[in-house]
Amino acid sequence: MSDLPSMNVDELQAALADGATSVDVTRAYLDRIAAADGELGAYLHVDPEAALARAAEMDSAGTRGTGLTGIPVALKDVVVTKGVPTTSGSKILEGWKPPYDATVAARLKAAGTVLLGKTNMDEFAMGSSTENSAYGVTRNPWDPQRIPGGSSGGSSAAVAGGLAPWAIGTDTGGSIRQPAALTGLVGHKPTYGSVSRYGLIAFSSSLDQAGPMARTVLDAALLHEAIGGYDPLDSTSIDAPLPVLAEAARRGAEGSLAGLRVGVVRELGGEGHADGYEDGVLTSFAAAVARLEAMGAEVREISCPAFDLALAAYYLIAPSEASSNLARFDGVRYGLRVGDDGARDLDEVMALTREQGFGPEVKRRIILGTYALSSGYYEAYYGQAQKVRTLISRDFSAAWDGGNGAGVDVLVSPTTPTVAFPLGARVDDPIAMYAADLCTLPASLAGVPAISVPCGLSEGLPVGFQIMAPALADDRCYRVAAALEAALTDERGDRGFLDQLAARAATTEGAA
Amino acid sequence: MSSDRLVDFDEVLTRYEPVIGLETHVELGTASKMFCGCSTTFGAEPNTQTCPVCLGLPGSLPVANEVGIESTIRIGLALGCRIATWSRFARKNYFYPDIPKGFQTTQYDEPLCTAGHLDVEVDGEIYRVEIERVHLEEDTGKNLHVGGATGRIHGADHSLIDYNRAGIPLVEIVTRPIPGAGAKAPEVARAYVNELREIVRALGVSDVKMEQGSLRCDVNVSLAPIGSLEWGTRSETKNVNSLRSVERAVRYEMRRQAAVLDEDGRVVQETRHFHEDTGSTSPGRSKEEATDYRYFPEPDLVPVAPDEEWVEKLAAALPELPAARRTRLSEEWGIAPTEMAWLVNAGAVELVSDTVAAGATPTDARKWWLGELARRANDAGVELAELAVTPAQVAELVALVGAGTINDQLARQALDGVLAGEGDPAAVVQSRGLAVMGESDELVAAVDAAIEGNPDVADKVRGGKVAAIGALVGAVMKATRGKADAATVKRMLEERLTAG
Repeated sequence: MSDLPSMNVDELQAALADGATSVDVTRAYLDRIAAADGELGAYLHVDPEAALARAAEMDSAGTRGTGLTGIPVALKDVVVTKGVPTTSGSKILEGWKPPYDATVAARLKAAGTVLLGKTNMDEFAMGSSTENSAYGVTRNPWDPQRIPGGSSGGSSAAVAGGLAPWAIGTDTGGSIRQPAALTGLVGHKPTYGSVSRYGLIAFSSSLDQAGPMARTVLDAALLHEAIGGYDPLDSTSIDAPLPVLAEAARRGAEGSLAGLRVGVVRELGGEGHADGYEDGVLTSFAAAVARLEAMGAEVREISCPAFDLALAAYYLIAPSEASSNLARFDGVRYGLRVGDDGARDLDEVMALTREQGFGPEVKRRIILGTYALSSGYYEAYYGQAQKVRTLISRDFSAAWDGGNGAGVDVLVSPTTPTVAFPLGARVDDPIAMYAADLCTLPASLAGVPAISVPCGLSEGLPVGFQIMAPALADDRCYRVAAALEAALTDERGDRGFLDQLAARAATTEGAA
Repeated sequence: MSSDRLVDFDEVLTRYEPVIGLETHVELGTASKMFCGCSTTFGAEPNTQTCPVCLGLPGSLPVANEVGIESTIRIGLALGCRIATWSRFARKNYFYPDIPKGFQTTQYDEPLCTAGHLDVEVDGEIYRVEIERVHLEEDTGKNLHVGGATGRIHGADHSLIDYNRAGIPLVEIVTRPIPGAGAKAPEVARAYVNELREIVRALGVSDVKMEQGSLRCDVNVSLAPIGSLEWGTRSETKNVNSLRSVERAVRYEMRRQAAVLDEDGRVVQETRHFHEDTGSTSPGRSKEEATDYRYFPEPDLVPVAPDEEWVEKLAAALPELPAARRTRLSEEWGIAPTEMAWLVNAGAVELVSDTVAAGATPTDARKWWLGELARRANDAGVELAELAVTPAQVAELVALVGAGTINDQLARQALDGVLAGEGDPAAVVQSRGLAVMGESDELVAAVDAAIEGNPDVADKVRGGKVAAIGALVGAVMKATRGKADAATVKRMLEERLTAG
């Protein structure tokens, strides 16, 4: 049998249908974790016994060899899991074992998957490098001296490093797409409201979405289909059928994009807006655009002027909501409690708990959000940011509807302005860190779906290509991404983008 | 004991004009909580009616209870409010252990209902109370402070929290400031709360039990010098939880604030606590140190946009409201408005109505509820409705008297039995042997005994002093312990003393 942890999920499915056991598959990943996670730091919690027991259970289930039965999965630690420690990367939740499952976790359980573990993340999903975790950094499998992106950096490192076949991430301003881009994965942020938020520890309620992070577009689509769709437990959940995603991916992989109208967003790395974008990223992006054109797409440039305001609006809206969402961590009901020695009063205990339980970035955003919502400042900050959000949505609508010309079907941009940067490079410069999400923020603020698919290497590091589509047209993201992926895979003659990492690792080991 | 200096109430009115305002919280009687499926039953073991949502566990999300929204709109409609076509929930952010999320889900600048009014009557005069808004929010948990003498947080050894109440739907009804009530301000406040309670009860959306906290009142009072164009600074007395307390709180605050103003002092804008035992108030936290609640629209809930057609349907389906009902009943019962006002103040309208429905005449029903029953409720210190007798039982008593089975005095004894839980009136009459005596041998013997035992009186009657017969009747009644029918006894005596 070939190396299980380097298989795509559709290959694992075939292997399981062919007689391989989930216990074999699960053990292979657990072995990889045992061997490599000391260096990578992708996981916060792994329970090998529980995983193997679950795998054995799935091996004797009636559904064995079908669907996702017996396929392992890793969950970002923001996803609440019944009886399994869930910290959201924060000290303040250390030791908390939730009494319930998030809808995403429950659906994956119902689909027969095996939970490998919970992955590291920036504390409460606030960050772009996973350096804000209270439990240590995670390293990029492509270069351990570099960040794996964030906030879903544990999930990206786990999948890229072969420590999980796929993983769930969450995306508030880019936290699925950016780490996927920086580690050579496919990562999709679904339409807001199309994947349940019930049981995701909230960062910014109006932006948070869970989504798949996978080795291939098809895998991502399969995982998305397993978690998506209406959930009565989430009031913002959309009561509409999920588009058929895996089928869209398969259709896209056939290679024709004839008639597809593609808009290249000028404000995201285009002329006059290329400051901060690495040449290697722009070159790789341009080559991918040319490839879409070669497959029959009509490409033109689209201007979305309000996108320039996305960063400012995002850093008012997200912290404002966060300041309120994180108020429940007061030491009264669960998690950390500091200073309850009988001498201190309630306010002191709450203050001490929060002072010691939250890291600096979380505190920075709570203060920012508290200020923005304060009486007298609300209109100038939160109110104004909401108006910008409306303008960004209008830019998207104009792109789809066409305004003065014909509209486009998808908008594209680089996923990130740069490739993975070195650990520590931006920790002391929050603004530089925030700029890592420049390209991903507009889709978050407008609630539209966006996917990142690898489009090449720059300085030996992955570059991500972002495809944005109208709300509920997630299938379009998958179709176009699959077409690009297929073209690039054909050109390289491998099974997928991550084969390059495996090949390089083999070369390095060979040289050593 | 309060150390506040107080001005005599009548004297307050010689110098100041009160303005009052009321914020009333009504706990809705929905089967489940406002944002989760937990039960709302009162009095369950602490923290047994909770789930991840109402405990505010990380990751949990609210889903609005549609019945809660409907009930709020119905209250708004009954108060003549405008129903919003677009309304949102908002987060009110503050730290306190009884709010599990660190914010309360409430409504801020986009409430479900606005601009209504409620007319209340005090001593024949109508006062129009303008309603500013009616909005929907969630209740908090309850803190229990253990180990202190007072049950308050100061001096307590530790505190416990019960989240059973957290998330129960709460409708807040806010009046606009009510000027012009003068000396009647305390009674207007009371009458408003009473009328509001009647309306909510008529709608069937809450049991409005003040003693269980399903109706709670915050009472705002300010004073301004007579003739002043500006209103004074108000105090907000929290959790005033009986009708009587509402009246007392207004009265007390008027007297206290007058004393402060007389001394050329400044009334502090603050919340105050009401003390049932002394009828006084004491300071809570002042607004100067109040939290900035940082309200913003609740992103976890979608806006509520009540469909116009639906609202019209709800309006058309409103039950007869108390005021209209009273007008109709006054006519049906043939009573004057003032008499109806007594019934309202006694909380007896429904009881009388139900008694009439059970077959009694309006006159008899009113006589019993405002007379004998009111006296007994008063003696026991309970509301009329809390007496252990049903309108049907009262109607049965009236019927037994009407049929001559018992007389009024026996009926009171039968009522004793009913209140003691011995069963319905007829059963009590049977078991206690209360039926009026017919012209039985026993009665004949009692009559003869009375004549023999009072020969002087008997002679007077025989001699033509007919009025003296009363003493003999009394003797017979006494001997029969009231079970005889007085008219029958009188006739029997007359037959014996005046015929021969």
